[in-house]
Amino acid sequence: MKDQADSYVTEDGRTIGPVVMEMKNITLRFGGVEAIKDISFDIREGEIRAIIGPNGAGKSSMLNVISGFYVPQEGEVWYKGARRPSMKPFEVAQQGIARTFQNIALFEGMSVLDNVMTGRLTHMKTGIFSQALWKGAAEREEIANREVAERIIDFLEIQAIRKTPVSRLPYGLKKRVELARALAAEPSLLLLDEPMAGMNVEEKEDMSRFILDVNDEFGTTIALIEHDMGVVMDLSDRVVVMDYGKKIGDGTPQEVRNNKEVIDAYLGVAHE
Amino acid sequence: MFYREAGDFNTTYAEDQQTFPIKFDRYRYYLVLFIAIVVVPFTVNDYWVNSIFMPFLIYAIAAIGLNILVGYCGQVSLGTGGFMAVGAYACYKLMTAFPEVSMFIHVLLAGGITAMVGVLFGLPSLRIKGFYLAVATLAAQFFLVWLFNRFPWFYNYSASGQISAPERDTFGITITGPNTEAWAAYAFCLVFTIFSAYVARNLTRGSVGRKWMAIRDMDIAAEIIGVNPLRAKLTAFAVSSFFIGISGALFFSIYLGAVEVGEAFGIQKSFLVLFMIIIGGLGSIFGSFAGAAFLVLLPVALKVVGVDILGWPTDIVAHLQLVIVGLLIIVFLIAEPHGIAQLWRVAKERLRLWPFPH
Amino acid sequence: MPEQLAYTIEVFLNGLMAGVLYALVALGFVLIYKASGIFNYAQGVMALFAAMTLVGIQNGQVPFAHLINAIFGTDVHGFGWSVHSFVAILLTVVVMIGLAWAVQRFVFRHLVGQEPIILFMATIGLAYFLEGVADLMWGSELKSLDVCAAQGVCLPQGMNSWIDETTFNLFGYGFFIDNLDIVASIVAAILVIGLVMFAQYTKQGRAMRAVADDHQAALSVGVSLNFIWILVWSLAGFVALVAGIMWGAKSGVQFSLSLIALKALPVLMLGGFTSIPGAIVGGLIIGVGEKLFEFLIGAPFLGGATENWFAYMLALLFLVFRPQGLFGERIIERV
Repeated sequence: MKDQADSYVTEDGRTIGPVVMEMKNITLRFGGVEAIKDISFDIREGEIRAIIGPNGAGKSSMLNVISGFYVPQEGEVWYKGARRPSMKPFEVAQQGIARTFQNIALFEGMSVLDNVMTGRLTHMKTGIFSQALWKGAAEREEIANREVAERIIDFLEIQAIRKTPVSRLPYGLKKRVELARALAAEPSLLLLDEPMAGMNVEEKEDMSRFILDVNDEFGTTIALIEHDMGVVMDLSDRVVVMDYGKKIGDGTPQEVRNNKEVIDAYLGVAHE
Repeated sequence: MFYREAGDFNTTYAEDQQTFPIKFDRYRYYLVLFIAIVVVPFTVNDYWVNSIFMPFLIYAIAAIGLNILVGYCGQVSLGTGGFMAVGAYACYKLMTAFPEVSMFIHVLLAGGITAMVGVLFGLPSLRIKGFYLAVATLAAQFFLVWLFNRFPWFYNYSASGQISAPERDTFGITITGPNTEAWAAYAFCLVFTIFSAYVARNLTRGSVGRKWMAIRDMDIAAEIIGVNPLRAKLTAFAVSSFFIGISGALFFSIYLGAVEVGEAFGIQKSFLVLFMIIIGGLGSIFGSFAGAAFLVLLPVALKVVGVDILGWPTDIVAHLQLVIVGLLIIVFLIAEPHGIAQLWRVAKERLRLWPFPH
Repeated sequence: MPEQLAYTIEVFLNGLMAGVLYALVALGFVLIYKASGIFNYAQGVMALFAAMTLVGIQNGQVPFAHLINAIFGTDVHGFGWSVHSFVAILLTVVVMIGLAWAVQRFVFRHLVGQEPIILFMATIGLAYFLEGVADLMWGSELKSLDVCAAQGVCLPQGMNSWIDETTFNLFGYGFFIDNLDIVASIVAAILVIGLVMFAQYTKQGRAMRAVADDHQAALSVGVSLNFIWILVWSLAGFVALVAGIMWGAKSGVQFSLSLIALKALPVLMLGGFTSIPGAIVGGLIIGVGEKLFEFLIGAPFLGGATENWFAYMLALLFLVFRPQGLFGERIIERV
């Protein structure tokens, strides 16, 4: 086990930094149901961290805890070396945590460009009065942020649809636009909630490539939830496995693949 | 043929995000402004100003205000009448307390006061959503009208319980009271209408507007990507009420001159402005103008046709008007939920390709 | 018994009576909302429309007489007969069912799957349309409404002298309670019980609840959505008719009758849009609350007429602390 503050270099030559986020003994209940039971794990800077598990294992709830949407009854969230106090989701976003959603949550009434620009909101600071005037600070800020947004749009190859209303796009493209919106925030931690759900093989390959590129090019730390074991094992540096709200495995894909509990959860237990 | 964007390139982001990126639109817009500022004031008579231009300009401001709240931020309000009343009474109190101050200042201040009241009544919007909120805004409507009716301080203890605008001027030109010239009243309202449209357009194309629309389209996602929902909603309430307050102040001081609160700012007014933005187009500044024009012209047209030409009794025409407005609302919601503005957009798309559609 | 307490109790009782009527109107909202997700702002105008139709039929008015006269220069007004109350009520029920069909066929069939707020605005349009039609059909002047079972046996009016005398003998203070209010409460109670029985124990009622639960699932087991929606609009029309009769008999049939819908809205906010018991309890709370507030605080300290807004403020404050209403369940939001 490496020390929390250490960095190390992976087999393919990427540098993984110290721990940026640590979940300590998280427990989340809805009424009487325990969605997450006493789970701890950490996320290191620059790595791709996956959370996997069968349906109803509590993966999405975990992501919602990280992004501040659910407040756990017990446990602590540590972010960048400090314990995170109880926060509203928008404050979490302002700390540099962006995410995508399992069921696409784009703003359907807006164009692709506007959706990507909403991702920049945490970087836009001009007040309402200078915006009312427009000329001057507001316009400069708009153009500066537009440049960043356009870079992301180029990167994800969605230039051609930038002025199309999101509601007219097919599913796969919507997923990509959602990724663009999250990337536009230039997050220090990017959460992806089943980025490949409902995609065909080709689209999955595209998306995998984008995820790797993002990690590679921007050095973004990524935590993702995925169903598809194969994809996850190829993509991620380390994997957390959840089942029925409990953590049953944690480690490199190779370690997890050989974990008996994990095999049982995915393949079923042979009862003797 | 005439409506083309070919050869019309935007080479900077600033050019690309201007209000009218297509040259033809830009020129047409300058033409409309030119007519409104230079031609109309010197050609209109009292009848046109009082029955068409002034109500149009004033309702357009109210419609812009309500559209920001409903069309852009997705918070349905039925309290427009009440907020217009706040603007009117604030303006009245300011006019009578500080007679020497310019009307421009009074009207703007009235808008500011209304914005504060709007924020107050917008506070519950954090907890209450959808038509629960719509119904909750009725609380503002009824409470405010009652308040202005029951507390004589608001109407300076006048015997009739009405407020009436004393004669005031701005830059030496009389703009309220019986001695006002038609063109002066028109020009005064026009300034505010242009100002409102300009500010509303700027706010809706920048980050503030995106926050509103994000809240409208999916409030939970908006919060998770970093929009403070309370602040976004409250700014929408504030800006919306600011415009509605201005419109109320103008409606009272310039247009009617004397006002009885229940009659001028009752719940019917709330519905009227709501209808304007439904028919005109939710989430469109142009739609606010179109809707205001439509619902100002409709009664005038019906009156001309029904009463003057066909000679029907006025009450029948009034009832017919209810039927027609109701029908139009339903037809627009079914056929074109984005109103006249969308019809206009579709027409322009067609026109761009005409006469060679392939 | 001290005078002040006796007054307060009297106000309380009158509030209860008014509350029953609010609950009755609110019930019409709940029915439609549960089955179709439509928040029907036009419910109040439906009550007005029903009451005007009833009076018009009773008096043998020619529908659209004013309009016909204006267009053709004729001078028709009435058929010259009057129709017995029972027959007139039956005919009005038929009209309301026809209206339900038309509303479903021409408006809401085209709006299936739209956002609730669009549907809500459509019902505001419907309210305007219906009000205009009602005025064109029957004229907008104030009409008095008398419903009589037989010659001389009509809906009672005025103070109940028996209660007055009895309470005077018992407490030394005669309670003023309107006969009509008593009848209205009884009718409303019967109607509520009847509706609940209908929903619980009949085949159509079960289908209605199934639709309220889940449209798709109901469709898949062979429930006709169209039929259910016409059914609930008809029921709401019937409830509107009853409310229209009670209110119309009390204060005449005129435009202000449609404003009872505005009184029912806070009731719904309080009770929740989907709960029949919520509508009843909410109605009673609002009825009693606004009368007591006016009596104890509004009239003495605030210049009176607080009934105009009290219900809304109460509902608003309540919702801020409990957004799901009295009987609603806590909503867990998910993404």
